[in-house]
Formats: sequence, structure tokens, C-alpha cells
Amino acid sequence: MTSTIEVTNLSKHFGKVNAVNDVSFTVEENKIYGLLGRNGAGKTTLMQLLTGQEFASSGTISLFEQTPVENAKVLQNTCFIKESQRYPEDFRPKDVFKTAPWFFANWDQEFADRLIADFRLPLDRRIKKLSRGQLSSIGVIVGLASRAPLTFFDEPYLGLDAVARQIFYDRLLEDYAAHPRTVILSTHLIDEVSNLLEHVLVIDEGKLLINEDAETLRNRATNVVGMKTAVEAFIGNREVLHRDGIGGLSSVTVAGLSESERRDAHAAGLELSPVSLQQLIIQLTRTETKEFEASA
Amino acid sequence: MDDSRPIFAQVAENIENDIISGALPEEGQAPSINEFAAFYRINPATALKGVNVLVDAGILYKKRGIGMFVATGAQEQLKGARRDSFSSEYVRPLLAEAEKLGIDSAQLTQMIAKEANNS
Repeated sequence: MTSTIEVTNLSKHFGKVNAVNDVSFTVEENKIYGLLGRNGAGKTTLMQLLTGQEFASSGTISLFEQTPVENAKVLQNTCFIKESQRYPEDFRPKDVFKTAPWFFANWDQEFADRLIADFRLPLDRRIKKLSRGQLSSIGVIVGLASRAPLTFFDEPYLGLDAVARQIFYDRLLEDYAAHPRTVILSTHLIDEVSNLLEHVLVIDEGKLLINEDAETLRNRATNVVGMKTAVEAFIGNREVLHRDGIGGLSSVTVAGLSESERRDAHAAGLELSPVSLQQLIIQLTRTETKEFEASA
Repeated sequence: MDDSRPIFAQVAENIENDIISGALPEEGQAPSINEFAAFYRINPATALKGVNVLVDAGILYKKRGIGMFVATGAQEQLKGARRDSFSSEYVRPLLAEAEKLGIDSAQLTQMIAKEANNS
């Protein structure tokens, strides 16, 4: 498998803040990655480093086996859609779509036109007069129609309504299937995208917390619900990720279960329910409960 | 696509259901990986994994350059497999629930006979 990105011991400090702290990973070609984490976790900084918009404090980055900084050959094949993209004063959406092909070798105008219609984007209105959602849809359209071999979407859909987000997911899947490429999608709407992802990177406080196949991650945890005594008997000394309870009932999140263990649980009258990727990440990145429990 | 089993396994099961019901007839062409991915809104790699489960089991077969087809005998093969697991999948949970409610097996048998007559 060819890797599109290779990152080794990458760090970025802003003064005393370690925005990205000794991170190493590879991104394989033509897969859809989710880059997930809480606000301020370091996602955007990491993407800025990868696209040569920030200089690393230490460590190495290679994109298509080259360094991205000031490297036109790499950047032509890379598209970075930012949450708060700025456009020149007095630009209209049609100016964006006129200039975009200059930067992206694989730009597909027909596809862009179709997306403009899908998102009902007014082409002649000044960009500063557009709504937040319309502004986001410009980014989404550029990101999709550029067909860059490596595309980053950093929170691409601020203000986009549910219909527009669904259009984005559907078009992304369709076009990805027809024109495979590497996509890195950073978002807080984890449940909405979890089935689209093939691989998940979770970053927390600048550190890489999870680097795993999405399918493996999905099976990593299960909620076991039932009478407290039965639940406790079933979990024994398994690793418990989260514990909740009300009265005589108990709900415990444990690491993935095998088929026979699931049957045992059912036989013991316990209910099993899936833990969504979002819940799992909340449980793994939530610090206040640990602190709370420690102080209690 | 929302229970706790892996998505690829759910995709495989949905295709099996379509073969058992006859929606996908034997020797008929199955949808492509990309069609499955778009329909279920999942990553194509996941759809491929699900389809490969059925290819490995001989339920689906590939015709190079054309696509995937349902094998002859697939329907009977799947029904056989489902019959084998019917007891553990349906009867045992039924007995467990009945026991919880204090329904003994004689009463249960009676209830089943009654329902069968009604339908």
C-alpha cells in the first residue's frame, strides 16, 4: 500500500503551548480518513503543518514522498478546505470558480456546476453578502470539484443545513468511488460521518490518541445494561471504559465482545447496545470525569 | 446500519436477505460495490468487505469486467444456514423471555400453535 503522507515525530509549539506534540503516523493512498478531536486539540494546526502553511518546530513531514513546504508540485495535488476561508474583497462565487482551476490540475467544471445547482449557490452575489452556510458550500464545492489526490476538509460545513450536509456526504462518496483519492475529513459531527470513514485518527491535547481502522474502532466497545449484580458478574475484571447507573440498574461500557460472549450476556438477561464512534471518543477524551472521580 | 455488529456483516446480511426473498434472483446481477456504498451511505471499502464475505462463501461470484452475480443454489444454501442458526437466534431468546415472565414450555407451545392457526 502506497502512503500519501508520512509524519515522524512532528511537533509544533506556539510559545509554551504544544499544539502538536510528537505525532507520528502514515496516511495510506485513496482512503477516507477522519481526523477527530475536541476544540483546540490540534487538528487544524496539524493540517496547516501538512499543507505547508505552518513550519514544524521539529519532526518531518512527507507528502507524496516530498516535503510540502514551498513545494508547488506537492501543493498542486493538495486541496485544503478551511473552516474560515477568506476571499478577496468584492469576490463573487463565480470568481472563485473561475480562479480555482488555476490551482488544481484535476478541476472538473461540469462537476462543479452540478454541485452549484445542488447547493443552490447564487453565483453573482458578493461573497460578504452570503450566509454562513452558503460560504461553507463554496468550500465544499471547491474541495470536491478539485479532485485533488489529497483533499483536506477542516470542519467544512459550518452553517450548512442537514440537507446540504447530506448532499455533501452523498457527492463525496459517489465521486470518491468514481475517482478514488485520499480524503482527510476533520469534523465534530462524528456520528454523521462515521460510516464514511475507513480510518480514524483522534488527536487530543496535541497527542495522537487513536490511529485505527474505523471498523476495528467500532467493535471496540459495547454497552452492557441490566441488573447491577448481573452486569457486575458478567464484566468480571474486564476493562471498563465507562460506568453509569440508576437504582438497581447498571450500564457499563466494556471493550468489544465476541459472538459467544454476546450470547452469554443475552442468556444472563443483559441488554447489549452499540457504542457509537462519537460516544467512544467522548469517553476516551473526556478529562473532567476522571478528575471528578479522582477528587470525589 | 445501526446495530452493534460490524457494518460489513450487516451489508452481507442485507444482501443475503434479498437473495432469500428472491429480490436478487439466482444468476441475476448484484449491484456493484459503489452502488452498495452509495445506497447504505458507507465507505466503499466496507461495502467491498461485506460483498467479499459472500464471494468467499460461494453465494456471489465475479464475472471479470462485468460484475457480480448470485450463484445457482445460493438461496437454498442461505436458507439452510439460517435454519441451522434458527434455534440459537430465535428459539433460545424466546425461551429466555418466557422464563422471565413465568411462561412454561407447555404454555409456550400452546401459544405458538394458536398463533400459527391465526396466520
